Amino acid sequence: MNQKGPRLGEPASLWRMRIVPVASVMFASALPLMLPLIANSPVLPPLGLLFFLCWQLLRTEMWPVWIGLPLGLWDDLFSGAPIGTAAGLWTIASIAIHYSSQRIYWRGFLHDWAIAALLIAIIQSLAALIIHPHADTGRVLGLIVPQIIVSALLVPLFMRLTGTFDNFRLKRR
Amino acid sequence: MVRPAHRRPGQSRKAQYSLFVAYVIAVTGAVAGLLLAVLSVVDPVGFAQLRVASQEITAPIARASRSAIGSISGIDDTVGAYVAAGTQNRRLRKELADTRRELVATSSLQEENRQLKALLKLQETDKTALANGYLLTSTSTSSKRIALLSIGRNLGVAAGQPVRGADGLIGRVLGSGPSVSQVLLLTDVDNIVPVRRARDGLPALAYGRGNGDLDIRTLNIANNPFKPGDILVTSGTGGLYPPNIPVAIVVRRQDDGALARPLADPGKVDAVSVLRPYTPDNIEAQGLPGPAQAPAPAGAP
Repeated sequence: MNQKGPRLGEPASLWRMRIVPVASVMFASALPLMLPLIANSPVLPPLGLLFFLCWQLLRTEMWPVWIGLPLGLWDDLFSGAPIGTAAGLWTIASIAIHYSSQRIYWRGFLHDWAIAALLIAIIQSLAALIIHPHADTGRVLGLIVPQIIVSALLVPLFMRLTGTFDNFRLKRR
Repeated sequence: MVRPAHRRPGQSRKAQYSLFVAYVIAVTGAVAGLLLAVLSVVDPVGFAQLRVASQEITAPIARASRSAIGSISGIDDTVGAYVAAGTQNRRLRKELADTRRELVATSSLQEENRQLKALLKLQETDKTALANGYLLTSTSTSSKRIALLSIGRNLGVAAGQPVRGADGLIGRVLGSGPSVSQVLLLTDVDNIVPVRRARDGLPALAYGRGNGDLDIRTLNIANNPFKPGDILVTSGTGGLYPPNIPVAIVVRRQDDGALARPLADPGKVDAVSVLRPYTPDNIEAQGLPGPAQAPAPAGAP
């Protein structure tokens, strides 16, 4: 038998199927603190959150609904937000995506885009309000509006990237 | 994408229970997480150690990428500079002419000041740095402005110490790990610095706006005495920042004060110095005569 080629009907590596989505979200969360970028305002889109939402929209059944807790906790360690912010908000987003996937019978690309953009806007706004509880609400929200717009426009790109990772994840040996 | 079927797990009790348990975990976890977030807002240093520890992991990569690429700084500034290039050019020329005139006037005063200070043997001890380091990276996805400093407890950096660059104040240390520490930048929304106008000592407070600028508010609301071009320095009030560190320059007047731009842009500054906090103990310790003189930081004006 040819050892190098894939055997017929053999499934993809179980480890790779599980690790690729989690690792991509964790790496994207930690990436901003690996770049030599000193930002004066929130200039980068929330990379970890974008990957998290795209994986959930692409493969709703892949993760249990509580996956936002560990992944959000990891994101909190790097985002500068108080610990627990993303853990709570990401889990709520996860529940919202599961709910919407039950309600919308045929979810298309535009649905996915709209859901992701809406969730990003809500999560980033609430996170900013949790980070600065004593500051002026309008000003805090004004800070993150450009970031939300950029993130919403980047959703299709991240959907594509997630799709590429998904192909790699399910590739036969 | 068709609706997934797993929400109706059929007759299997095990499948029903595991789905139910997943939702219970998710909801309780989300509530607990948000509670935790509110708690750590109330007690911001409680989780700082955990966060610093995790950033020790990424720090080596940040160091490597910094030395490979250099510092990517001020993307927003660069874009803004293109948009406002014309008006800025005109304004800068006018400012340059004004500054030249003032420079001539000030240089004589400066010389006189130097002589008087030498006469009084005033030591500028408040400028002695505890340690020098680099800003490695910063949070760039949230509205919190925290930068990572390349030195930590190994060089004596501890929470509450002010950080300055050659041009002015950068911020203060929020927490320190074994080899890196977190710096809350001057422009963070929660950072308030007591300042005074360099010209006449008018006291004011500088509030971060979160987008790279500062709000300056006077303590008396009756009039708005600020003019564009006013230089603000730390006043030493409140006991954290030593006095006379340059902070910001007023850009324009506002209804309730002024809009100012920090003199030291953390994105462009190369090396920073960590100073001793301005507390009574440190002031007395530094005031003592003797061999306690450390060399001034390289870029100190």
